[in-house]
Amino acid sequence: MSEILNLSRRQFLKSSALAGGGLVLGVYVSRLGDRADAAQPATAPAPAGTTFAPNAFVRIGPDDTVTVIVNHSEMGQGVYTALPMLVAEELDADWRRVKSVAAPADPAYNHTVYGIQMTGGSTSTWSEYDRLRKAGATARAMLVAAAAKTWDVEAIGCRTENGEVIHVASGRRLSYGRLAETAADLTPPQDVTLKDPKYFKLVGKPTKRLDTPEKTNGSGIFGIDVTLPGMLVAVVARPPVFGGKLKKFNAERAEAVAGVRHVVQIERGVAVVADGFWAARRGRDALQLEWDDGPLAGLDSVKQRREYAELASKTGAVAKKTGDPAEALTGAAKRIEAVYELPYLAHATMEPLNCVADVRADGCDVWTGTQFQTGDRIAAAQDAGLPLEQVRVHTTLLGGGFGRRAVIDAHFVREAVQISKAVKAPVKVIWTREDDTRGGYYRPAAYHALTGAIDETGRPVAWQQRIVCQSFMAGTPFEVFMIKNGVDETAVEGAADLPYDIPNAQVEWHKAPGGVPTLWWRSVGHSHTAFAVECFLDELAHLAGKDPYEFRRGLLTGHPRHARALEVAAEAAGWGKPPPEGRGRGLAVHESFGSFIAQVAEVSVSKKGAVRVHRVVCAIDCGPVVNPDTIAAQMEGAIVFGLTAALHGAITFENGRVVQGNFHDYPMLRIDEMPVVETHIVPSTDKMGGVGEPGVPPIAPAVCNAIFAATGKRVRRLPIRPDELVS
Amino acid sequence: MITLNVNQKEHTVDVSPDTPLLWVLRETLGLTGTKFGCGMAQCGACTVHLDGDAVRSCVTPVSRAAGKQVTTIEGLSPDNSHPLQKAWIAEDVPQCGYCQSGQIMAAVVLLREKPRPTDDDIDDAMAGNICRCGTYQRIRRAIHLAATLSGEGGGK
Repeated sequence: MSEILNLSRRQFLKSSALAGGGLVLGVYVSRLGDRADAAQPATAPAPAGTTFAPNAFVRIGPDDTVTVIVNHSEMGQGVYTALPMLVAEELDADWRRVKSVAAPADPAYNHTVYGIQMTGGSTSTWSEYDRLRKAGATARAMLVAAAAKTWDVEAIGCRTENGEVIHVASGRRLSYGRLAETAADLTPPQDVTLKDPKYFKLVGKPTKRLDTPEKTNGSGIFGIDVTLPGMLVAVVARPPVFGGKLKKFNAERAEAVAGVRHVVQIERGVAVVADGFWAARRGRDALQLEWDDGPLAGLDSVKQRREYAELASKTGAVAKKTGDPAEALTGAAKRIEAVYELPYLAHATMEPLNCVADVRADGCDVWTGTQFQTGDRIAAAQDAGLPLEQVRVHTTLLGGGFGRRAVIDAHFVREAVQISKAVKAPVKVIWTREDDTRGGYYRPAAYHALTGAIDETGRPVAWQQRIVCQSFMAGTPFEVFMIKNGVDETAVEGAADLPYDIPNAQVEWHKAPGGVPTLWWRSVGHSHTAFAVECFLDELAHLAGKDPYEFRRGLLTGHPRHARALEVAAEAAGWGKPPPEGRGRGLAVHESFGSFIAQVAEVSVSKKGAVRVHRVVCAIDCGPVVNPDTIAAQMEGAIVFGLTAALHGAITFENGRVVQGNFHDYPMLRIDEMPVVETHIVPSTDKMGGVGEPGVPPIAPAVCNAIFAATGKRVRRLPIRPDELVS
Repeated sequence: MITLNVNQKEHTVDVSPDTPLLWVLRETLGLTGTKFGCGMAQCGACTVHLDGDAVRSCVTPVSRAAGKQVTTIEGLSPDNSHPLQKAWIAEDVPQCGYCQSGQIMAAVVLLREKPRPTDDDIDDAMAGNICRCGTYQRIRRAIHLAATLSGEGGGK
């Protein structure tokens, strides 16, 4: 089957040569982009010289199947459903005939805002909202024109419904599949009118995910499932201390392990390459390695905490300043100070990192669950020593991402490419859970020193916040966008944009010493700033003798979306009425990624200090809604993610080494700790925001504020330590 | 050589007897629905049935499975028609989906032992299975639904 279209000038092209005469909107639909084929080796050369155009998103087959080529990676957040919904809505497709496939790595599939192919920042749905609806509407217009031509009637006398064009006057009908070939010969319209949202039939309605069936019978293909003929499996020994270097190694014993085929040194360490995982892993255990631990040999979390405190005692780079906080603090009626601390956190995706690479003389194919196709492809080309057009990146399902699979240095792809090139065979690199937990790219540890003051009436008059944490934007190509006036936006977001009406406020940042690889972790800077801001605000409310809800409500006059989310959550949670016996209630509201979320947590604390979160009420205003069921699922998931961190999560260092390794010492929330989560979507026609990340930031402060309500004890350091809550 | 019966099919595999069953299923037999999560029986992603009992295949030497009936997610039904699969679809449980084979295989054993489980029964039986996406609330709902479906379909 020919897969390559000779795309000419037109934005949308048609070719009857493709897919048995189907209508293809968009450029080329790569066989390699099809998840059904994702596990198969490449047999065709790269499409050299093919011109790509935008909106390469729709394929309609003669069998009436509508395939939406999705350029955002499916990592659980539901893009393989929400994005096809946008196309199907405008296309008036029969939803039962819609399927989604992964886009190949290609500039045609670049992010509409970021300009590279990637998934992140909770942007997938809003950033594609217009482009994909246009792709669907254009297809629909061409199918109508094809029907009109077939029947020799005016297009205006035709309407569409459920995958068919209907001639209104005669009642004649033709399915999209039967019209595909004719439509393929038409010139696409350049301007199409999009539906008024009030006529939406699909968008905004709870819609079943398209990828659920393959995730209930084991047939979904994740990166770790990709299998190629002749493929070997590699496990890599990496430096035990970040920044360490290999001094020397002896492979003799590793090579003696049955099934081990090669031991090769690569940039980041030593790879043991075998017939399968078990042999590779046993081979790695048998390696004799000597490392130079480098400058972080003495890294220790206890010492680091003192260093951060020392930094916080000095003025940092100013991220926000209004009024004169120093002056206001001096003259205020009451003031308080508090320090909030958060540890490094690993993403701990259920699917450990992995990557399959097949480097040949004539090309390189990479299969992996990635959030960062453009960077991975460039890196693979560099390490394979091949031109970019000979490198293909095939995106599989991702067994969780949370930011971990959007790595700027493409390290997990580079390793696989380097090993495949060295051993001249397709190679799958599998990270063990320990490799993954100790592999870095953590949410930075953060130290927040806060000072606040209220006046005689209990109104806050001053807010000073000093944040100490590493920058993961420094030294990357993103530095130019993300670091302004010496402040890394990802370190202060959620603090520098404090929504509360406090006349004198200053937020500063200290860049902590680097070395430990850090990265975006679901909700990025908000994951620590919201904890400090929303807990400290609660402290101010207490200082003022005010109800935490009323206190916030009075300070959100200029922020109606915050206020509305807060009202909806408070009302649904029964705020103001006594909580069930033995429980405390706490709340938090936070904006991130364009969405506004309030959460109310109901918590009890046992005599031994064990914290139980019973119920979480969550209200979200994310603007127009595509799939409400996905929003609810993302809120449930984000609350679990944030609770895991609040109750259990800490990556710590001793002697330069990460202490934790697997789920016994880096625990995840389990079903027996799962609170009841109730999600309320605030009706909104405001600007559309994201839903993947913004549910995370409010939960830790909501829970800690509830602990205060239940026990009178403030939690200022995560994870929550039961021994500090013993009564 | 070790003879295994996997999903009602005999296989003879030439692997070292200490190889975990997980890797034999995934790499030797190509049954990739069973997942690798932790390698130390902490997360349940690798859950399969050995003569009907749920085991963590990542720490089960293949030699232990010799001569026994192994059931993986692929063997649960030919067409997603097991009551738990139907319930999982009806409740749209999965997000990333990676842990769900293990979740379903654990739930099968729960329902066999307790056809009408309470929330506490579910929490007890399923606490060995981690879902990083946090689908627990839906897992609870789906198990209750599957219990109902099984009751209707089975007639006993």
